Amino acid sequence: MFQSLGDRLQNVFDGLRGRGKLSEADVKAALREVRIALLEADVNLEVARDLVARVQAKAVGSETLMSLNPDQRVVAIVHEELVEVLGGKAVQPQLRNEGNVWMLVGLQGAGKTTTAAKLAHKYKSQGRRPLLVAADTQRPAAREQLRTLGRQIGVPVLEVADGEAVSITKQRVADALKQDFRDLIIVDTAGRSQIDEPLMNEMAALRDALQPTERILVIDAMTGQQSLPVAKSFDERVGVTGLILSKLDGDARGGAALSARHVTGKPILFAGMSEKIDGLEAFHPDRVAGRILGMGDVLTLIEKAKVLEADEEGPASGRAPTDFTLSDMLTQMRRIKQMGSFSDVLSMIPGAGKLLPAGAQVDEREIGRVEAIISSMTERERREPRLLNASRRKRIARGSGTTVQDVNRLVKNYEEMRTMMKRFGKRPPGRGGRMGRARP
Amino acid sequence: MAWFDRLRQGLGRTRELVTLGAVRRGDDWELGWDDLELALIAADVGAKLAAEVVEETKAARERGVGFREALEQALLDQLERDRTRRKLRRVGFDLDVHRSMVPVRGRVIMVVGVNGVGKTTTIAKLGRYYQGHGQRVEFAAGDTFRAAGSAQLGVWGERLGITTTTGPDGSDPASVAYEATQKRKVSGADLLLVDTAGRLHTKHNLMEELKKVRRVIDRADPGEPGETWLVLDAVTGQNGLEQARRFHDAVGLTGIIVTKLDGTGKGGILLPIARELDVPIRFIGVGEQADDLQPYDAAAFVRALLDLGAPSGA
Repeated sequence: MFQSLGDRLQNVFDGLRGRGKLSEADVKAALREVRIALLEADVNLEVARDLVARVQAKAVGSETLMSLNPDQRVVAIVHEELVEVLGGKAVQPQLRNEGNVWMLVGLQGAGKTTTAAKLAHKYKSQGRRPLLVAADTQRPAAREQLRTLGRQIGVPVLEVADGEAVSITKQRVADALKQDFRDLIIVDTAGRSQIDEPLMNEMAALRDALQPTERILVIDAMTGQQSLPVAKSFDERVGVTGLILSKLDGDARGGAALSARHVTGKPILFAGMSEKIDGLEAFHPDRVAGRILGMGDVLTLIEKAKVLEADEEGPASGRAPTDFTLSDMLTQMRRIKQMGSFSDVLSMIPGAGKLLPAGAQVDEREIGRVEAIISSMTERERREPRLLNASRRKRIARGSGTTVQDVNRLVKNYEEMRTMMKRFGKRPPGRGGRMGRARP
Repeated sequence: MAWFDRLRQGLGRTRELVTLGAVRRGDDWELGWDDLELALIAADVGAKLAAEVVEETKAARERGVGFREALEQALLDQLERDRTRRKLRRVGFDLDVHRSMVPVRGRVIMVVGVNGVGKTTTIAKLGRYYQGHGQRVEFAAGDTFRAAGSAQLGVWGERLGITTTTGPDGSDPASVAYEATQKRKVSGADLLLVDTAGRLHTKHNLMEELKKVRRVIDRADPGEPGETWLVLDAVTGQNGLEQARRFHDAVGLTGIIVTKLDGTGKGGILLPIARELDVPIRFIGVGEQADDLQPYDAAAFVRALLDLGAPSGA
């Protein structure tokens, strides 16, 4: 598990509290922690250095380091700077009425083909008429992949033939447009290494022929230090106009986004958030900044919870808000499960990672057991768990394939949770965004 | 040796970085400690291990060891996890991995990894490698999730003349694996390479699916898969360690293959992985051709990284 920048800085500043004055060495130590945190999040060395210098300029001399919570202030400054470098607000590409040609470029395996289909799907649902061009003649079955995806989303796919000259490709696209009006052409190109000269030349030739209005570089969120030279070479060869960060649904910190954005100066348009065809979302710099710092992705968590809440009405919404029953507990656990794996959800809650002992894994099967136990209870038992005497517990254990000890433990957990709910305020769980305590 | 030169070429940029600001001293060269640390971090070694390698190099340097040798040894200690091999190397044996075939336990190799690392291409290259060593190889196209995922391996199978078991897109990958495993038992082929769909290690359900594929292979042919190899992209940053960790927890890795070491990435993340998981690195991919998958040799890798010339006797 990575240590968040907040924790790191806390360690530095904890030793300094009460001394009243910070020495130059203290400041240096703090900035060193900032730098290491950035490097561990895969922010490129050069970019990290630049950022640290900016943070230093802001933090030193101001009252920041003398304030009560210098660690939090420094984290805030770093966060601000990160958001700044990442481009401030979410930006969407500009579309003209017609003649939009977007070309996707990037390394092998960055996710260009999938992203091309996702883009087509997204704009089709907004009323555009996209055309996909499968220009990846390198990877076996790459065109077939796009053809299949095109069929799934109902978007036509024009396939470039092996060894086809770019002028022919250009002509074929123009011919296709004469037959059938299309206002957004998305070109999927072959993945290539930034040092592969012949392939980079080929890409430049395709750009010259098709004259794309946007040249989008697709970057894998898991990319390390190489993100900077990669982005630089692609930018030099085709003039990148925008970036898309793919595979951000993993647990990579996504420092690559920062490097690519820093070196190209172009906006990050979208982020790939799932393997599904609609898994392309607007890029939010502030969220990724938080992620890079290990501050948790609370906003995404809240959004996920909101979507689920809109989907389902709580089964007991009319009840007095104070009684938290076993059914509520079950609903809540199911909801958490729907949001992703338990560990994922935990990782999105700031500080929650710290509550768990290092290396602890949440046992996903535990949730299944809880479900089984509660499902083996009668409605009445769920409402009034005090009814659960020894014989009922035995029956429930049998019914759920667990042991009486498991049932006992569940009831105990439930009671603790209920006490906590009461303390939290008179709000029922799941409706106000409150979460039950995450237990390992 | 061609492959060695290619690897060296690929790693060129790291070399430039390492030699950046280096002071030449006859045959040897020396680098400021800070510069060395930065160079290692730029190769994705990670801040913590970079500091450690610097410390070790420093300590050896104080004992009077030449800079180059000290650094080479420090890197090698991280990358050569096998103690016997490390000892042999220390007393001067040259371990040539190119002389014999990379051994495989059992008959079935399951290949796993996150999306886009090059699993399918690697399987094709592995097929070619083992074929070249006189093995009869079969493929199982277990990537039924990605559109045309199994077609991609099928095309390779045709090119190489290797039988490929496929299922329709969207079908259960475990059933493809089961069928292929049983077919191999009947055909008596030496090796079955099972492809799987790329999956992020954080997706609980997909990792469970992977466990199922493994279980099912074991059911069709008890004791198999004898090997489970993780494919890792050399451009991967610090997340690579977590990837390896999670896949290891889920299906028990017995080997790692690093792809795209052709200049796109440096593969420095191998150091923390080799150290923490103690899983051997089996092959490295140094180019796009079918022969560009090479058995991994820690010493050659380190030497190429530092531009120390081809290993003697190779």
